[in-house]
Amino acid sequence: MNELALAAFAAANDAHAADADTRSHGFAQFASTFDADGYLARLTAGGFRWLARSAAGFPPRLRSIHDPPPGLFLRGDGGAELLAHPSVAVVGARSCTDYGAHVARRLARDLADAGVVVVSGLARGVDGWAHRGALDAGAPTVAVLGCGIDRDYPRAHALLAAQIAVAGLIVSEYPAGVAPAPWRFPARNRIVAGLAIATVVVEARDRSGALITADLALEEGREVLAVPGEITSGLSNGTNALLRLGATPVTCAEDVLQAIGVDAVPTTRGEPPPGAPGAVAAALDGGARTPDEVARTTGLTAEAVAAALTELELAGLVQVAAGVYRR
Amino acid sequence: MVARTVTHAVVGLEPRRVDVEAHIDGGAPSFAIVGLADRACQEAKHRVRSGILSAALEWPAKRLTVNLAPADLRKEGSGFDLPIALAVLGATRQLPPDRLSGHAAIGELALDGSLRPVPGTLAAAEGARRGGVQRVVCPKAAAFEVALAGVEPVAVEHLGEAVDYFYGRCRPVAPAPPPEPAERPPPDLGDVRGQERARRALEVAAAGAHNLLLAGPPGVGKSMLARRLPGILPPLDDVAALEVTRIHSVAGLLRPGCGLVRTPPFRAPHHGASAAAVVGGGSHPRPGEVTLAHRGVLLLDELPEFSRMLLEALRQPLEDGTVAVARVGGRAVFPARFQLVATMNLCPCGGRGDPGASCACSPVQLDRYRDRLSRALLDRFDLVLALPRPRATELAAGPSEASAAVRERVVAARRRRSSRLLLESAAEDLLDRAVERLPLSGRGRARVIRVARTVASLAGAGAVASEHVAEALSYRSPSELSPS
Repeated sequence: MNELALAAFAAANDAHAADADTRSHGFAQFASTFDADGYLARLTAGGFRWLARSAAGFPPRLRSIHDPPPGLFLRGDGGAELLAHPSVAVVGARSCTDYGAHVARRLARDLADAGVVVVSGLARGVDGWAHRGALDAGAPTVAVLGCGIDRDYPRAHALLAAQIAVAGLIVSEYPAGVAPAPWRFPARNRIVAGLAIATVVVEARDRSGALITADLALEEGREVLAVPGEITSGLSNGTNALLRLGATPVTCAEDVLQAIGVDAVPTTRGEPPPGAPGAVAAALDGGARTPDEVARTTGLTAEAVAAALTELELAGLVQVAAGVYRR
Repeated sequence: MVARTVTHAVVGLEPRRVDVEAHIDGGAPSFAIVGLADRACQEAKHRVRSGILSAALEWPAKRLTVNLAPADLRKEGSGFDLPIALAVLGATRQLPPDRLSGHAAIGELALDGSLRPVPGTLAAAEGARRGGVQRVVCPKAAAFEVALAGVEPVAVEHLGEAVDYFYGRCRPVAPAPPPEPAERPPPDLGDVRGQERARRALEVAAAGAHNLLLAGPPGVGKSMLARRLPGILPPLDDVAALEVTRIHSVAGLLRPGCGLVRTPPFRAPHHGASAAAVVGGGSHPRPGEVTLAHRGVLLLDELPEFSRMLLEALRQPLEDGTVAVARVGGRAVFPARFQLVATMNLCPCGGRGDPGASCACSPVQLDRYRDRLSRALLDRFDLVLALPRPRATELAAGPSEASAAVRERVVAARRRRSSRLLLESAAEDLLDRAVERLPLSGRGRARVIRVARTVASLAGAGAVASEHVAEALSYRSPSELSPS
């Protein structure tokens, strides 16, 4: 079976690539005129690669789902073997809270530190922060697109996509030129869930895309974990519902590592340096603080606090959102 | 019979010599002003006639023509009243016409013959000085402007007094120069409770003349802080003070009884203002807010609410410190070296950064809000501060340091500040690490170094240390305002 032809055929028909199509008359016609070598040459010229489902390097976890794609288009300098590494999907709401963003980033960073590949969907919100967290750890990360491999969607994440491509992978089952369409995102989510051993939902509303990913993971018998949120926040309804259904609560990266059976590699992240940065880090132990609050607790001047917070941020020990710092 | 006086029109900020000629002949009584006089200038007819009659002088019952040369330059405003009146009096031999030479004149006539100051007297008097004129006849209230230009003022209160002067019957004494710091002091930084970080950023901005963007939820005190920047800036030096006084004179902003402007100006146009009002323009080029803020502070409150066209038009003055305004009525280049302070919310609903409110903005709304500001404009802000809402306990804190104390440090830092301050190797290392870890462009790096030099000069350090770079890095644009 020519998987590349199937992927191209589905894209040309703006339809989902179903194996059943290979027995159709239309596909036979399409395949008879399909120039696979020319197609591959154009693909390579565009800086993309093709990983067919039948190829040896195709990730076994993804091959084992009930509706695997005919293959994946790849972009980025990471090797295809990255897809077969132990990986965890970190997904969630696009319009997440600062808390969600912080948790996604820290969780992804700690998972990446432990040698786990973080998979997500490059979307705004939780997805984007998960990718950034992995990049913070200097680790490769995998972004799965719901549109053609040549697009950065959303456009606002073009820079992030470029950073991911440096050492990680951007993958899609759709060839170049395919526009994002609403029905493609659930399809994309099955790949996110299919690549990962476990799926962590950070923040999700009722009936959100992240819950679709969780459902797909459950259908494939993969572990689903959820980060507890405030019961008063609509953005926690989805995750709290998952918890009620028996999802494993996540309070730290170790919870996830334990669930997927990966031994936690002792983290290389150092303790805060002595002096002002140490005092500032200690002041942040109680939760999110503004620089002024830190100054008041530590007795340091505003300029000393500013300098210390930057040092800690560069060391990956604190994060900032809307002028508020968190550990 | 012909008589001539000299005055100066102001185009943009530049004086142009205008010769005023009055001619009387024996036709039917009439009065015409020729030479592209605008409406206010045409109305001089009535003021001059009433003024001359009120001064117990005689109005000629003859044909009277006044020509303003060069004829192709548009003459605006009421400053031509006095020179026209003097020329008419010269032509009717009610004062000796030959004595008029060596004098220029400027001023508006009241119906009772008294004189009122007009905008742009300083610039006009500078034109007189450049043209080799030794004395300028002017209203008493404008005498200090004439004196500033380096010309001897003939300060008169009434048209009759001017006539007496030309007959040598009196010698008007110039009034004593008004006291300089007669202006209202700007609001004091001591009024701000808490907000240590923002106060520090303000101090750094003042010391390095950096543009500053304050972003945060409504009501955290962004505008309050921004309005306190002029109070911690050093007073204007002689050159700057003269520039500012000239601009404010042309714009008619000089307050009566105040001398040379020593306080850095502060302008805060509303976001509904037109591009012409902010950047300068009109059918005859007039200085806009950016020029009125020259050597001072331009505050754009709620930056994203300003029209995109207007914000893009700000890029030229921000880049080279001038605005060129080209219109049908002429072309003018105005100085516009101002320090830009802007405020904005972190999202359209204003909820971001406020622990007491939740932000309901969709990602698309956030993108759209951010997109109102171009990258190129955001790059002009050396310091960007995300200001979260302070807690109530902070607001109960005691009074903080007053502007005067901060200003002393700023003045000292400005004296020390130099682009020759070198970076210590630890500082270079930190910067390299930051470039690697943060999204920091080449331009962003240069900006951080610039701010770090200011921080070092505030600290009185001989070189830029790593803690100075670290503090400067904390003022870079937060992720909320950068795409991705």
